[in-house]
Amino acid sequence: MTEKTSATVAVTDDSFSEDVLASSTPVLVDFWATWCGPCKMVAPVLEEIANDKVGALKVAKIDVDANPATARDFQVVSIPTMILFKDGAPVKRIVGAKGKAALLRELADVV
Amino acid sequence: MTSSSTVHDVIVIGSGPAGYTAAIYAARAQLTPLVFEGTQFGGALMTTTEVENYPGFREGITGPELMDEMREQALRFGADLRMEDVDAVSLEGPVKTVTVGDETHHARAVILAMGAQARHLGVPGEEALIGMGVSTCATCDGFFFRDQDIAVVGGGDSAMEEATFLTRFARSVTLIHRREEFRASKIMLERARVNEKIKFLTNTQVISIEGDPKVTGVRLRNTITGEESKLAVTGVFVAIGHDPRSDLVRGQVDLDPEGYVLTKGRTTSTSVEGVFASGDLVDHTYRQAITAAGTGCSASIDAERWLAENASATTDDNTDLIGAPL
Repeated sequence: MTEKTSATVAVTDDSFSEDVLASSTPVLVDFWATWCGPCKMVAPVLEEIANDKVGALKVAKIDVDANPATARDFQVVSIPTMILFKDGAPVKRIVGAKGKAALLRELADVV
Repeated sequence: MTSSSTVHDVIVIGSGPAGYTAAIYAARAQLTPLVFEGTQFGGALMTTTEVENYPGFREGITGPELMDEMREQALRFGADLRMEDVDAVSLEGPVKTVTVGDETHHARAVILAMGAQARHLGVPGEEALIGMGVSTCATCDGFFFRDQDIAVVGGGDSAMEEATFLTRFARSVTLIHRREEFRASKIMLERARVNEKIKFLTNTQVISIEGDPKVTGVRLRNTITGEESKLAVTGVFVAIGHDPRSDLVRGQVDLDPEGYVLTKGRTTSTSVEGVFASGDLVDHTYRQAITAAGTGCSASIDAERWLAENASATTDDNTDLIGAPL
């Protein structure tokens, strides 16, 4: 299978403050790992949302295995956890795989 | 509201081993099934670790990998898979409708395979602390509890499997079970028993989960003496079983008192003509990946035969495909 162009951005512990905290648009950060089944469920939904909301919302993914510091900083102990950041601060936390409609409802007051 | 004029032969609702197997069989029988996998596609196996008892994988396979294989196999034979949740169904009559968002789809036969959902304890603190130390997925979250003391609640195979798996990370795992006897199979129980990191706490019930913002402990009650105690843990993994996900069809097909869909005799036929049910949605007893796959296969064959027998009543351009060789 060939890799499709991704609408989401991969971020790391090192790039987190520049890519997420300093972003002028709101950023939805998906904390995930390769061993997590429900993370696989939510991945295609996040791709769709990233495509639909270009310009209004950035969707970032951070692999907690390779980047444990950021997960620790934001007290992530369950994946998938999605945290919405606005103006450098976390404003919403969503735990567990959800469908597109449910996710968009959670994000409705911000984007 | 958009309504497609196509009447499909079969719509499968749900994924997991039952839904995907039904899809594989229906696709090979050229029924071009439309499959609503749901946003929780893959079902219960997506949160399990190693599946050691699925025949054909002598070294074992992980739950998500097994689901991925089945999914790709269904795609290979032309199943139309959609990662969408079904909002409503109307199952009476020769043409059934399935509503997804603002779209309505039609089919002559429907195979139900919605599976089951993890049961919650229903104690104070549980819901608020989900994602902050309360978890229903050991494979997902074990990693975050390295060198910590944690608890697993439950007495079945999945509780044993989770407890054993979590010892890879945790300093200690306390297995809390409200009875003395375990439902778990001997092999799984024995494996947990010999693990030095696992402590057993039987005849014990969790009455609340405490902590803010993260879990710091659980309050317990001895089910015999009534005595209460506290256990300091940073994680609570709940593995107390599953309930059938039958809300979608409640009031339309007959369910038993626990909410499982009732099927007739040794078939997968429900109380409604042309509606078949399979997997954990119907299964009180076995609840294995292989039994779910087995009934998914049965449901597809039952649906195919039912369509062939009832073809004349609902003729359209698709019916000439019915009865194509398996």
